[in-house]
Amino acid sequence: MTDETDPAPLDRSGDAGFHLTVDGRRIPVEPGQTVGAAMLAAGIRSWRTTRFAGKPRGLFCGIGVCFDCLVTVDGTPSLRACLVTARPDDEVTTT
Amino acid sequence: MSDETGRGIGHDSGRDTLHDLVVVGAGLAGLAAAVTAAGFGLRVAVLDANARAGGQYHRHRVDRPPAWAPLARLHTVEHLAEHRVWAVERGDDHFTAHAVAGERDGVAVTVRGRRLLLATGAYDRQLPFPGWDLPGVFTAGGAQALLKGNGVAPGRRAVVAGTGPFLLPVAVGLADAGVRVLAVVEASRPTPRAVALAPHSPARVVEAAGYAAALARRRIPYYTGRAVIAAHADGGALGSVTVARLDADWWVRPGTERELACDTLAVGYGFTPHLELAGQLGCASTPDGFVAVDTRQATDLPGLYAAGESTGIGGAQLSEVEGELAAYAIAGRTPPKALPRRRARLTRFAVGLRALYPIRSAWPSWSDEDTLICRCEEVPRGRIADAARHGADDVRSIKLLTRAGMGWCQGRMCAEATACVLSDVLGRPIAAPAPTRPIAVPIRLGDLAQGAS
Ligand SMILES: Cc1cc2nc3c(=O)[nH]c(=O)nc-3n(C[C@H](O)[C@H](O)[C@H](O)COP(=O)(O)OP(=O)(O)OC[C@H]3O[C@@H](n4cnc5c(N)ncnc54)[C@H](O)[C@@H]3O)c2cc1C
Ligand code: FES
Repeated sequence: MTDETDPAPLDRSGDAGFHLTVDGRRIPVEPGQTVGAAMLAAGIRSWRTTRFAGKPRGLFCGIGVCFDCLVTVDGTPSLRACLVTARPDDEVTTT
Repeated sequence: MSDETGRGIGHDSGRDTLHDLVVVGAGLAGLAAAVTAAGFGLRVAVLDANARAGGQYHRHRVDRPPAWAPLARLHTVEHLAEHRVWAVERGDDHFTAHAVAGERDGVAVTVRGRRLLLATGAYDRQLPFPGWDLPGVFTAGGAQALLKGNGVAPGRRAVVAGTGPFLLPVAVGLADAGVRVLAVVEASRPTPRAVALAPHSPARVVEAAGYAAALARRRIPYYTGRAVIAAHADGGALGSVTVARLDADWWVRPGTERELACDTLAVGYGFTPHLELAGQLGCASTPDGFVAVDTRQATDLPGLYAAGESTGIGGAQLSEVEGELAAYAIAGRTPPKALPRRRARLTRFAVGLRALYPIRSAWPSWSDEDTLICRCEEVPRGRIADAARHGADDVRSIKLLTRAGMGWCQGRMCAEATACVLSDVLGRPIAAPAPTRPIAVPIRLGDLAQGAS
């Protein structure tokens, strides 16, 4: 489940961009961006709910320390979205 | 492993090669040390969890490396990108680093070296307050990492809060990325007089003045003696924050609360060192919890060195000088006299600067019974206080009773805060435990099994 708002401002320079999908929705990616950064740039601010209280979580520390940002990428669960560099046609699924 | 290094997944750097030096961390300290040592003819491997070298300060977008000499000399060392080191061991005459290569499909890699340099840096310190777990609240460093490494702004209307000089570049960076920065909210009161009394280097003062001007130019107000004491949700994500004035101990001055509507909060109260690997090897630490090193950046264990912010929070320039000095010591060379002098000057400045931005005792009063202290296991303050009232009197017992610190992050986000809440309830100081985690970086069980084979 993801929670979306208007996209954050983003520099769209360069034409080497590609796409990935988040729960089936295509979002643009610039080369070198992490999965989490691309999701945030597409206006997706949370994509996980906590086990007990069901609270939404997305990026927090941005550098792999807090584990708030876990996603499944191409079937591999529990990856930190802030660390995984996006690849063309990655299929990201959220819970 | 990163495509940039051009090596295939599963490359094993270690079993047959004994490096002269293995460095953990390709930030300012680690990479400066690595390329300096390589320049002396040493065979060096540098492991870093990140896809690109440069650490936090020189984090950059792909194909846009900053002009930093050690990065231009990256090819002189074996750079193992996307290598998370989860364990280090000391043998008779060498060290072994165990890493997981590749963020997605984790392949076990071991690297051996006659010397080991830990240059693992630090991460933002957090003081929990109501709503700090809302989407839209980021660590100050995290906001910076999104900007520098990805070219992505974390939101549209932001407040930058916490303590320390690092808040300034974060605010300027956000504004330059098109974010409306409503305020920098600094909890301490670094008065011009206190700043003038702090031992300093001219370069840093100019830099500080530069940021003051930069904030003014962008019409970003800089408030001191105030804090964000609560964040509020609007439809499941951050909608506003409460800013209040603090007294000298950081109690809220009643009646000064003011709400600011924003979708982004970047917050950080200084930095906490990454000490897990040093903890595994059991080298000595300083009373304030950093890796203890001598003037050669050597720890008390033969062959083990440390440099950068895991040995003390001192900023970018100091980390780099420490890295260079470590390389001289490891190569058995005498550094040019200017180098230790520069380190001494920058260290004095760092100590003076830290004294301007202390963490005061009353911050736990900002939170309530329901405020999460441990984000991973969702342990609220009230449950920790209950456990304390039932006899838990150290962080370990709290962990066993409440699960605070037992989640994915292994207490990195909450160990210090748990200790503070505990001392608040018990009315006496409680130390956060030194990290003696058997595994430095959480890894998947499958990766572990593979490493064991
Ligand atoms: C998120 C963040 C952003 C920051 N941005 C700035 C900034 O823009 N400007 C500024 O002046 N200061 C910034 N700082 C402060 C910064 O920490 C220092 O100024 C400087 O980067 C310290 O250099 P260092 O070499 O000691 O550590 P770092 O630059 O932090 O380098 C340490 C490196 O070690 C790696 N590492 C740590 N543990 C492991 C492990 N177990 N396995 C593999 N690799 C590991 C990390 O990935 C990192 O690349 C930031 C701090 C943080 C936490
Ligand atoms: S945002 Fe903290 S681990 Fe990814």
